Amino acid sequence: MISALPIMLPAYAEIFLLAAACAILILDVYCGERWRGLSYALSLATLAGCAVCTAYVMGMTGGEVAYTFNGMFVSDRMASVLKLFAYLGVALCLVYSRAYLRERNLLKGEYFVLVLLATLGMMVMMSANHFLTVYLGLELMSLCLYTLVALNRESTAATEAAMKYFVLGALASGLLLYGMSILYGTTGSLEITSVANALRGGASGSRTILAFGLVFLVAGIAFKLGVVPFHMWIPDVYHGAPTAVTLFLGAAPKLAAFAMAMRLLVGAAGSPPLALDWQMMLVLLSVLSMAVGNLAAIAQSNIKRMLAYSTIAHMGFMLLGLASGVVDGNRLSAPGAYGAAMFYALTYMLMSLVAFGMVVVLSRAGYEAEHISDFRGLNRRSPWFAAMMMLAMFSLAGIPPLVGFYAKLAVLSAVIEAGHVWLAVVAVAFSLIGAFYYLRVVKLMYFDEPTQQGPVRPQLDTGVLLSANGLALLALGVFPGALMQLCLSAIKGLGSI
Amino acid sequence: MHNTTHWLSLAVWVPIGAGLLILMTGGDRRAGVARILALAGSIAGFLVTLPLAADFDRRSSTMQFVELAPWIERFQVNYHLGVDGISVLFILLNSFITVLVVIAGWEVIRDRVAQYMSAFLVMSGLLNGTFAALDAVLFYVFFEATLIPMYLIIGIWGGPNRVYAALKFFLYTLLGSLLLLVAFLYLYSRSGGSFAVLDYHTLPLPLDAQIVLFVAFLLAFAVKVPMWPVHTWLPDAHVEAPTGGSAVLAAILLKLGAYGFIRFSLPILPDASHYLAPLMITLSLVAIVYIGLVALVQTDMKKLIAYSSIAHMGFVTLGMFLFNAYGVEGALVQMISHGFVSAALFLCVGVMYDRMHSRNIADYGGLVNTMPKFASFMMLFALANCGLPATSGFVGEFMVIMGAMQFDFWVAFLAATTLITGAAYTLWLYKRVIYGAIANPRVAELTDAGPRELLVLGALAIAVLWLGLHPAPFTEFMHVSVENLLKHVAAGKL
Repeated sequence: MISALPIMLPAYAEIFLLAAACAILILDVYCGERWRGLSYALSLATLAGCAVCTAYVMGMTGGEVAYTFNGMFVSDRMASVLKLFAYLGVALCLVYSRAYLRERNLLKGEYFVLVLLATLGMMVMMSANHFLTVYLGLELMSLCLYTLVALNRESTAATEAAMKYFVLGALASGLLLYGMSILYGTTGSLEITSVANALRGGASGSRTILAFGLVFLVAGIAFKLGVVPFHMWIPDVYHGAPTAVTLFLGAAPKLAAFAMAMRLLVGAAGSPPLALDWQMMLVLLSVLSMAVGNLAAIAQSNIKRMLAYSTIAHMGFMLLGLASGVVDGNRLSAPGAYGAAMFYALTYMLMSLVAFGMVVVLSRAGYEAEHISDFRGLNRRSPWFAAMMMLAMFSLAGIPPLVGFYAKLAVLSAVIEAGHVWLAVVAVAFSLIGAFYYLRVVKLMYFDEPTQQGPVRPQLDTGVLLSANGLALLALGVFPGALMQLCLSAIKGLGSI
Repeated sequence: MHNTTHWLSLAVWVPIGAGLLILMTGGDRRAGVARILALAGSIAGFLVTLPLAADFDRRSSTMQFVELAPWIERFQVNYHLGVDGISVLFILLNSFITVLVVIAGWEVIRDRVAQYMSAFLVMSGLLNGTFAALDAVLFYVFFEATLIPMYLIIGIWGGPNRVYAALKFFLYTLLGSLLLLVAFLYLYSRSGGSFAVLDYHTLPLPLDAQIVLFVAFLLAFAVKVPMWPVHTWLPDAHVEAPTGGSAVLAAILLKLGAYGFIRFSLPILPDASHYLAPLMITLSLVAIVYIGLVALVQTDMKKLIAYSSIAHMGFVTLGMFLFNAYGVEGALVQMISHGFVSAALFLCVGVMYDRMHSRNIADYGGLVNTMPKFASFMMLFALANCGLPATSGFVGEFMVIMGAMQFDFWVAFLAATTLITGAAYTLWLYKRVIYGAIANPRVAELTDAGPRELLVLGALAIAVLWLGLHPAPFTEFMHVSVENLLKHVAAGKL
């Protein structure tokens, strides 16, 4: 069946994006400042085109697993779903941040190209079936992100953040490569499917050496997800980067990092004896992240830093799902657990877009709404956007009927199914602590009087999409079933499960 | 039987829909529209609950007006609503109180009227959903979602220390309910993938698992009731909340905890309930005796009534863990009665506060001279709070004491001390506020309760007297369901 398809089919979306990004790069040079709107429109059109390509690939393969480039690249349902959500996240970022960047004179042609190439990197990570492909995608994404953080050349904070991000990111890449090389040394292959087969046989290499390699893999993944103790860069980078870039950093790259974890850990080393090793590591990382993220967030007065620590806590919670797949030496509950983690990653992206989107919208020309107190009295200034931010905060806190609750429900259910009731209790205890700082934002918006005057009037497109984004948190909270089912079927469609 | 009715869905969604509609009216320029819409919405919400009472089959203990539709298929979560004799009255009570609260806030609330009315109507719908939910996740969603409007009500329209009170209310309740979620997920795992509450009733569970689950449920529901020693959020929340918020909090939200015990703890964990009954009875008696004494020394009217609420809710939890028909039915009657009486007392305080802007007992005195009509209504509610025969307060307390007598003399004896302390703090409050010479010149200038206030108090007075003089129509609803519950609890699961 597969042989009947065109050879390059699984990578159509990537090829299209690369071509379009190059075209935009050249076009923008000739069009210049006056026609910057064209680059913007073309970037959005490119993302739409990618969505069409991905949908076409999905239709042609019927959601089945399809390989190309000698098995280095795979298209399956998980990759397609994650990509579609990544396009959505990137497109929303572009819309939300346009006014912000233009007011700061940062809306340059390279911004669009870097965003698009970073997206390409994410897509490659999502579809990787080879250690080198993972690495290639990761580096493409990361290098674009480092540059985006430093987009504002004149800002020392941004430059410092970019340097920090780059140095630590390079270190993490090194760790990841080292882990991959150990797995390569023991299994003799870099292709994820063959590594998995070799490891399933159990014949290759001692478990100590494999576990040693896994430690480095997990460290690399943990860095990209930003979980404790590899989280140091997150607050500084989120804080230092222009808010529009923070918005971008907090959204789609998380999906890519989730995909990397799925490909490397579940795809390559997901079979039982070895899975127990990395599951233990993930549990440790997860508990530490929830503790540090939630506790440190309380102490923040800068909203970007607060949301950065909140990200750390959320990624920790999401890892709990990944850590609950293999139970009693079998993978029967694996699709449910990984599906829960995927649901968590997708919904987290939507929540983070609303929260950071609001920070972007509140910033005006020459003014950065960076302090939590900038949200003071927002309900007086703009009841509608205050309500949107409230939805995001309650959703992040995991209060029903918002979608954040179902994400927590799904993950906790997987954790308990795996028999770790104590872990679930720890997780909810930290959620309770987390609720405090989200409630503080709601308190400032609703219970306090505004210190700044004037209504909040974002551009029409931003306003409409941000509202739709916020209401989606509620709508998905009332009807979470379809998305949950989609995540489950995406995970079930993986070749390795 | 009642396969195709959607009265329960209407009871849930009519108020929520009306609440969202009110939000659309926007700012305070159109406050009048918001008020009228709120009144229409709350009355419509009350009217759709009437068929629940009229068509209810009182001889059946099964769930009625059942609605079942798949909701989240991934986890076999269903949109499963239904009521039995235990829950149906609370939906009626809640919808009734909502109408009164909307009327009570009519002129008093001038700031952000649409948001205020909307919050109350949405909360009313969510509370109805909590009482009607037969699916654990659905219950949890409604149970938790009520926190959001209440948080805003206390925080936006509350008194000077509202921020602290709102946060304390939210976090305290969330602490308990998160453990409830873990407990539900554990039951889901144990039952092989079901969130249906009725399935849990028959799910076999060993004693140690039952005890752990009981503790998780206890934390969730005890905070909500609230039971001593996790009651400290309530006085703060009551004192700071606006009048309507206090009324709904006392009348309905506190009942959620007690309802949780009767719907979840007792039938799902019968053996643990028996095993831990001494603990529950002790905590209840502490609430009745100790909190009653605490109420005696309060100088703030709302705080006094808040402590009185805790003591009265102690009666409810006491009655439930006596495992006899008098006790459980008495607890239910006490819940309904307390819903009327506490709401009425908070609304009375609201009437005074709107004129004097003080909750301090010392600022009052001699009110009977200037507000005679109001004074007579408050007299009735004060007496009902003491448990005077012919008022609703008497029926529940008497039944619970009877139940306690069957159980153990000394428990009954300690519980009965409330008849003295309750009378002492309520009547002393009444004496200091209403009687005596006019000490404060501002009291001399007060005007009596207006028609709007009299309407609200009159409606509650009728309810209090009706339940007091002729409780049979109320107890008929619950009788069969309670018997069935007791049979189930007595059989145990071991």
